Amino acid sequence: MAEVLVLVDHVDGEVKKVTTELLTVARRIGEPAAVWIGDGADAGRARLAEYGAAKVYVAPAELGDYVVAPKAELLAKLVGDTSAAAVLVSATAENKEIAGRTAVKLGSGVLTDVVDVTAELVAEHSVFGGSTITHAKVRTGVPVIAVRPNAVTPEPAEGAAAQEDVAVEVSDAAKGAKVVERVAEEKGERPELTEAAIVVSGGRGVGSDDFSVVENLADALGAAVGASRAAVDSGWYPNQFQVGQTGKTVSPNLYVALGISGAIQHRAGMQTSKNILAVNKDPEAPIFELADFGVVGDLHTVAPRLTEEITKRK
Amino acid sequence: MDIVVLVKQVPDTATERKLSSDDNTLDRAASDGVINELDEYAIEEALLLKEKHGGEVTILTMGPDQATDSIRKALSMGADKAVHLVDDALHGSDSLQTAYALAQALGTVSYDLVVLGSESTDARTGVVGAALAEYLGLPQLTFARKVEVDGSAITIHRQTDHGYDVVQAQLPAVVSVVEKINEPRYPSFKLIMQAKKKPVQKLSAADAGIDTGKVGLAAATTETLDFTAAPPRAAGTVVKDEGDGGVKAADFLAEKKFI
Repeated sequence: MAEVLVLVDHVDGEVKKVTTELLTVARRIGEPAAVWIGDGADAGRARLAEYGAAKVYVAPAELGDYVVAPKAELLAKLVGDTSAAAVLVSATAENKEIAGRTAVKLGSGVLTDVVDVTAELVAEHSVFGGSTITHAKVRTGVPVIAVRPNAVTPEPAEGAAAQEDVAVEVSDAAKGAKVVERVAEEKGERPELTEAAIVVSGGRGVGSDDFSVVENLADALGAAVGASRAAVDSGWYPNQFQVGQTGKTVSPNLYVALGISGAIQHRAGMQTSKNILAVNKDPEAPIFELADFGVVGDLHTVAPRLTEEITKRK
Repeated sequence: MDIVVLVKQVPDTATERKLSSDDNTLDRAASDGVINELDEYAIEEALLLKEKHGGEVTILTMGPDQATDSIRKALSMGADKAVHLVDDALHGSDSLQTAYALAQALGTVSYDLVVLGSESTDARTGVVGAALAEYLGLPQLTFARKVEVDGSAITIHRQTDHGYDVVQAQLPAVVSVVEKINEPRYPSFKLIMQAKKKPVQKLSAADAGIDTGKVGLAAATTETLDFTAAPPRAAGTVVKDEGDGGVKAADFLAEKKFI
């Protein structure tokens, strides 16, 4: 059975949930082979084995010293060495770029923001802010596919996760853009926005940079915090938490929209959430067309009451 | 410093967007065309860099005839001239073919920097900037929220999940921008009038040295097999808060087993 390369997302040796989703998809197509870039593979291998990874290719952390290009070189090389049937990555901003460059190197096609993939490599997309569903296929070369986090349910299966170190020499061409410093702006204990099972977002209705009303509810639910463009543009919450057309796309089990009107800009980033709860003062707000449950009221009274109620019922 | 800004015309997100049932490509006649929003930030950044370092700003657009509207808008923001890559052979090109075609067209222009939006609001693949850097063999400085040029050195702040990375490179380079980077200007009346006289050069695929066997729907590396309208979300329950809104919301969460 041909190998299917899965680029692993990990933080300090901890494998992210989306990687288990990718391994689940990879098993439909062939034999999953995880690609681990950086340190921590020893710690993370067990989890990859639980989701059926037959192999784990490990490449050195130096690949991350330059923007994207060395990682694409690695994937293209591995496809050549292993005659892989497909390459799967998570549809994060950086991984989509890696996918694009890898596909150019391979002379193949790339599909991004896919929500499902069949054994025959037919990919399902949700486009135009979730209003249209398309099916697509790569016609040229080894398919490179970026799958959206939280779109597929991970299913465990046993794998050997045999480790194989990969020697790589980063080409000069891939060293053009050097990362000289990494700056962390927001370091919290909350789950990663695109991975979270629950997301609580605040919008214009929050009214100021005091996002505590949103954060408190998020913490009560063990959720990630998001923000609408209006809130980010007003400087109330950092850019990387923006959900929407020009921000992140999320599809959690539960999305809570606080003081967000639900303009297309925002809907495009959250419309595929499984359950939506909305609180807004304006009964005409378009967010109520999407919401499974809506409360017309002031989020500053409704959200704290909800937070209190959740804490009480726990 | 000469800068080329890549501008894409996209359907207005405020209108209903459709695919065409003939060939599963975007139905460009179904909605009004506007400049892709993030490209306005790219134009603005190019203009700011020009104000600081001198040189010329050229708009490069690939798209059908009606993309002229977006080109004029870009010129009225203050760009100096434009190149319009327009050819029926390009219809239906996917993101990688588009990057290839743009890379070829860039070969006809002199530049120190290429600037584009980090993604378009229609296809939203977010790969064109990276693929373009790959085709051109230039440093990839994408998702920039700050750009600084000092002689031939360029430094950007690349937006990440946790903050930003400081990335350095030498010109020429490819920069894609996120909306945090600036606030695009509105064209003044004077600039709008001037824009009408600014040169727009039409470029065919052959002019750009594009191998037409590699672009367009027939040669696309990906194929859209079918499309359907997503089933509308079932109407939910909406209640008015009469002091009990928070409790009712909690009941909903309990019913769905979130608490």
